[in-house]
Amino acid sequence: MTKPFNSLDWQVQPPYLYAPYASTVKRSPQKPLVVVPQKMSELTGPVFGEVDLKPLDNDLTRNAVVNGEPIGERIIVVGRLLDENGRPIPNALLEVWQANSCGRYIHKNDQHDAPLDPNFTGTGRVLTDAHGEYRFTTIKPGAYPWRNHENAWRPPHIHFSVFGRNFLQRLVTQMYFPGDPLLALDPIFNGIPDENGRQRLISSYAHDITTPEWALGYRFDIVVCGQRETPFETKEA
Amino acid sequence: MPGQSPSQTVGPFFHNCLIRGGENSLTTPQTRGQHILIQGQVLDGDGQPVPDAMVEIWQADAHGFFNHPEDPNQAQADPHFRGFGRAETVDDGRFTFHTVKPGIIPGEQTPYVNVRLFSRGMLIHAVTRIYFADETGNTSDAVLNSVPDKRRGTLLAMPVESPGLPTYCFNIHLQGELETVFFDY
Ligand SMILES: [Fe+3]
Repeated sequence: MTKPFNSLDWQVQPPYLYAPYASTVKRSPQKPLVVVPQKMSELTGPVFGEVDLKPLDNDLTRNAVVNGEPIGERIIVVGRLLDENGRPIPNALLEVWQANSCGRYIHKNDQHDAPLDPNFTGTGRVLTDAHGEYRFTTIKPGAYPWRNHENAWRPPHIHFSVFGRNFLQRLVTQMYFPGDPLLALDPIFNGIPDENGRQRLISSYAHDITTPEWALGYRFDIVVCGQRETPFETKEA
Repeated sequence: MPGQSPSQTVGPFFHNCLIRGGENSLTTPQTRGQHILIQGQVLDGDGQPVPDAMVEIWQADAHGFFNHPEDPNQAQADPHFRGFGRAETVDDGRFTFHTVKPGIIPGEQTPYVNVRLFSRGMLIHAVTRIYFADETGNTSDAVLNSVPDKRRGTLLAMPVESPGLPTYCFNIHLQGELETVFFDY
């Protein structure tokens, strides 16, 4: 079986069925997955570039301004997109979306009784640079209730959609904030079976990114599956 | 070496960011090949429509080439076809793509479209493929042949009567008797 890249690591990746997250019960595939080889259709993927971005896409504090600044705590999020070998992935598209500082999304299905912010849509896009680094400015999202169980609250988070070099590296995940007491109670976060994996989704406070009189900084690196190191299999080719 | 970042659900509120309009059309009038529609429905374990999913597709152009540096034939790939599309499901769980019938990738037997399915209630996306029921090469395709006989049909998009473009129907069943074959790699 052709396998140039590592597979998804099911010790770290959450399962389809995780009953404490109630919506997984009817939406989880139950039959065994069929393993397919990694060929051209998996080793390629959509290529994005500057043409896919608008100038303010990386600044959520400015890209939806109507009549003033969005309300809340300004933050700067920086990080690197890496593969499992620690190699940076340049020119990759990240899409981010989040609730406003009150924990409310602009969405017809968000019925949380918290105010919308007329100057904040909570959506952005950014490309990684030549060193695999990205940076965007936003407002720290608020926690919000959901109906999964009694008194359920999502810990503040930023959703990330990530395209790497190919479709094998496609990832949708969430960034959380350090020291949050809601994390221990959140079935979406705790659906991740591995403690190290869970920790990887918690950003760290970055004083070097924090900008005086302006915004707090957080660092959040993202790791997607990497090329296999196969020094002993070269003869096979 | 760093470990993989775990996946998390796309949640119910992705639309403003990920669906801006038009991402489900992969073509322009100049795109080469047979333009087609692929329509389907995403259904849960009770057969109920899933109205808050996102389907992504990635496919070769009409000649089997990818507009990507990994493809040695990239120079010949259709400049009017990126090969990537995205569709939200709506209230009845339905989605539509306007694309072209992919060509056969050099060295492979039959055309197909790669699919990633994201949804509220899925901590990690599901991976499948759309094959076309009217392709004779299907019988010699290694991946289709690796699937148990009685489940192979879940990977076949069926031609349906349509007044406009040739149209294929591909439903995705997350669970149950008709559960779609999902892949790992
Ligand atoms: Fe959310």
